[in-house]
Amino acid sequence: MSRGTLGAFTCMVRRDLLLALRRRSEIVNTLVFFVIVVSLFPLGVGAEPALLRAIAPGVVWVAALLASMLALQRLFAGDHADGTLEQIVLAPQPLGLMVGAKVLAHWLIAGLPLVLIAPLLGLQFGLPAASLGILAASLALGTPALGFIGAIGAALTLGLRGGGVLVSLLVLPLYIPVLIFGAGAVEAGASGLAVGAHLSLLGAFLVVALFFAPWATAAALRIALE
Amino acid sequence: MLEAIGLACVRGERRLFRDLAFSLAPGTLLQVHGPNGSGKTSLLRILAGVLAPAAGEVRWSGRRIGALGDEYRRQLAYVGHQNAIKDDLSGVENLMVSERLAGADATVALARAALARLGLKGFEDVPTRALSQGQKRRAALARLAFRRACGLWVLDEPFVALDATAVREVQALVGDQLAAGGMVVLTTHQDVAIRAPLQQDLRLGT
Repeated sequence: MSRGTLGAFTCMVRRDLLLALRRRSEIVNTLVFFVIVVSLFPLGVGAEPALLRAIAPGVVWVAALLASMLALQRLFAGDHADGTLEQIVLAPQPLGLMVGAKVLAHWLIAGLPLVLIAPLLGLQFGLPAASLGILAASLALGTPALGFIGAIGAALTLGLRGGGVLVSLLVLPLYIPVLIFGAGAVEAGASGLAVGAHLSLLGAFLVVALFFAPWATAAALRIALE
Repeated sequence: MLEAIGLACVRGERRLFRDLAFSLAPGTLLQVHGPNGSGKTSLLRILAGVLAPAAGEVRWSGRRIGALGDEYRRQLAYVGHQNAIKDDLSGVENLMVSERLAGADATVALARAALARLGLKGFEDVPTRALSQGQKRRAALARLAFRRACGLWVLDEPFVALDATAVREVQALVGDQLAAGGMVVLTTHQDVAIRAPLQQDLRLGT
């Protein structure tokens, strides 16, 4: 990677973080949505401790899935609306790398807060300390993968009317494996099984998404701009 | 040298133009004329490589721009009819971002100088949200003050919303670019005369 390319990559990450910092409500929105959805379940299914402990991993993971999807629509929409996306595409830099920078910044804004607050929500469900750690670890590996996969959907639905619903339909099925192994890791840990396999698979998903999704997203963005 | 060979553009069901051909030597200004909806913006986007033509191709130094990729984009400065500036960032921040993306080593001092040249002295650190339409256009055009080394400028209605002083400044920038052997392709509905040693006119929609 040449110095100019590296400079463009860090500049892109910093730009998106700076923009998020100036529009703090967007960070808070995702987080509050996540907290509220998770907190609704004890109210809905009743306060039976054993039941809550059993459903906790699934509930937290599904809520994280929905929260990261909610944030997806903002990934490219702002840049598309004011024309900066055109300039990013026209910059003499690999577009896949620029997409990677945007997804990384997006994860720092919308994903990392979820990872950090998830153990606290786990406590609300009476998860044991060991499970809390696994929950955070599985989310730390899983949410960036969700971001990279979701970016493809966000790019494909860019500029479409009703893109929000469409992106859910496109992306949710692709999220299923991540959900299964993410929630599975926590459940395995709770029943005293080894969690290494689940976490390794999540890591593998992340690596595959990291390498292929940016290029697919870049291709989708070029089509969206036509 | 920029060449267009047999370009055709279809938007929706409508054919905007076909068999469009021209070639620009260094130092040439190409002014694209035509009524609204005649395909001026589409042509400019094809030249920039954002839009694929329905037929034909664009060549830079004899090679297809699609094959050149980043090598072509390094030679290109494009100002679309959208300003491509972020409302929440200041003029200086916007310029720095766009220069870094272009792979250039921009400094804050240079960015300030570029904005000052476009008459935005005193507004460099104001979020562009607070600027008027004309000032936003100036902030977008300030990019050009950086892009002296670019071989080709593609400008879509650069004079929209600008006052007389700013129009003169942009004319001067374009003049400098042409004198340095660069090429400029622009569209405008305003009656702006640009003195260019080599000028071509292209009329669409006739």
